[in-house]
Amino acid sequence: MDAIQSQPRRTFINWFFGTTLGAIVATIVYPILRYVSPPRIPEATTNQVEAGDVTDGALKDKGFKIIRFGAEPVILLKATETDYRAFSATCTHLDCIVGYQKDQSRIYCNCHGGCYDLNGRNVAGPPPRPLTAFKVNLVTKGSEPAKIVVSRA
Amino acid sequence: MFARVGKWLDDRLGLSTLVELGSHKTVPVHRYSVFYYLGGMTLFFFLVQVVTGVLLMLYYRPSANEAFESVEFLMTVVPFGWLIRSIHSWSANLMVFFAVLHMISVYFMKSYRAPREITWVTGVLLLFLILGFGFSGYLLPWNQLAFFATKVGTDIAGVVPFVGEFMVRFLRGGDRVSGGTLSRFYGWHVAVLPAITTVVLLVHLALVQVKGMSVPPACEDEAKKRPPMKFFPHFALRDLSGWIFALGVLAALAALFPWELGEKADLFAPAYENIRPEWYFVFMFQTLKLVPGGEIMGLEYEAIPIFIFGAAGLLLLLVPFLDRGRSVGWALGGVAALIFAVGMTCWGYASLLPLYVVFITAILLSLFAFITRRGAQ
Repeated sequence: MDAIQSQPRRTFINWFFGTTLGAIVATIVYPILRYVSPPRIPEATTNQVEAGDVTDGALKDKGFKIIRFGAEPVILLKATETDYRAFSATCTHLDCIVGYQKDQSRIYCNCHGGCYDLNGRNVAGPPPRPLTAFKVNLVTKGSEPAKIVVSRA
Repeated sequence: MFARVGKWLDDRLGLSTLVELGSHKTVPVHRYSVFYYLGGMTLFFFLVQVVTGVLLMLYYRPSANEAFESVEFLMTVVPFGWLIRSIHSWSANLMVFFAVLHMISVYFMKSYRAPREITWVTGVLLLFLILGFGFSGYLLPWNQLAFFATKVGTDIAGVVPFVGEFMVRFLRGGDRVSGGTLSRFYGWHVAVLPAITTVVLLVHLALVQVKGMSVPPACEDEAKKRPPMKFFPHFALRDLSGWIFALGVLAALAALFPWELGEKADLFAPAYENIRPEWYFVFMFQTLKLVPGGEIMGLEYEAIPIFIFGAAGLLLLLVPFLDRGRSVGWALGGVAALIFAVGMTCWGYASLLPLYVVFITAILLSLFAFITRRGAQ
């Protein structure tokens, strides 16, 4: 009689302890899991950035420079004397920062040899997608050299 | 006096049992015995890493604004700072090299057969942990190379289905590689990985003691005919001679080729020419370079080699449970993987140097086998 009665009691106690233990583990693990995944900090959306003027040394020598568009790197390049272009500088392959090769007139990523043409299209190597294009405007005020303004297209 | 202190300690600690156990420990002698030294060599470099790593922590500051400058200070102002850091870097590379060599020899000698499956699994885990140390330690000087290696390395985690995005953010401590990433990697490198490694390493070493050295199937008859070597003092002294040689090589490498610091990480500069990860990641790096951009059924081509490498890692971990026969398939597969890795590394460097390293290693191992062979009894 005793043995028959104690069986469900044992099952109940096992179940009781099991769920209690499970709950304790869950209350420890959940905050830790949340803690290790970094909070999403909203970045102020940048829509327009002033990137110096047309007399900029880096643009003259190397034909390009990387500008800060908020937290995002953007490549500003001088295709011809009057033709300025800007693209996202983040390679679509594995997140490296691209550069401009003036002599080959192409945008090139040194990490894995990704190649883009001057319209940002991925033309050779591993990149899967084109670079996002940005708009470039030259603003002239009086006799000062024209200012370069980069904005989201 | 010493005898009495010894007796007192022994009564309380039971050291004589350990000494007794040690005196019975033997190592089988056969034509491939030299490979038994490779694990000990890896352990030696690990110990060097622990000591130099703790020393580096005295000056290192894990923040984006200070990390590079603190390493620069350590390299230029702190007495022997250059030596400690160079030894840490060189020893890290040699540790990876010997861990890989140790694994290759164990793989081809089929030492993972029952009852040593768990020894193998812990060994492969240790190799992955070592690679984790290498990857996380790479970022700490906060130089250009570190920055891009980390960008690429963490971006790769993004190809994993469902949890990819979470993993990238978890690794980076945010959406981008930044000072937050540096804090995390520092935590991994000096606390999390060492803690895990210590436990896995102790299990690995304990299992080697409990199960003893495995004799490869091809040498069973030979090992039965030749009397085994006592671990103390014969094998241990040979181990020690190797360690002293390794220490000399480390000192020479650190003195002649001090580890470069490069330029401070610039989050807004293009990757420089010929940028390349450490040699042990070059075969994967080169493979990624060769895969063109494109998509197949919503899967980007670049994800395919990453999945294959992941599957290969898993396969390596599970070898003892999958290799159930005397088929030569596993040996052939191992040779193919080695040829692929060495070939890709040569291609990645556009040089045959990696192949020469393989030859030089073979020569050095033969030389060590010759020096440590047992004389006539």
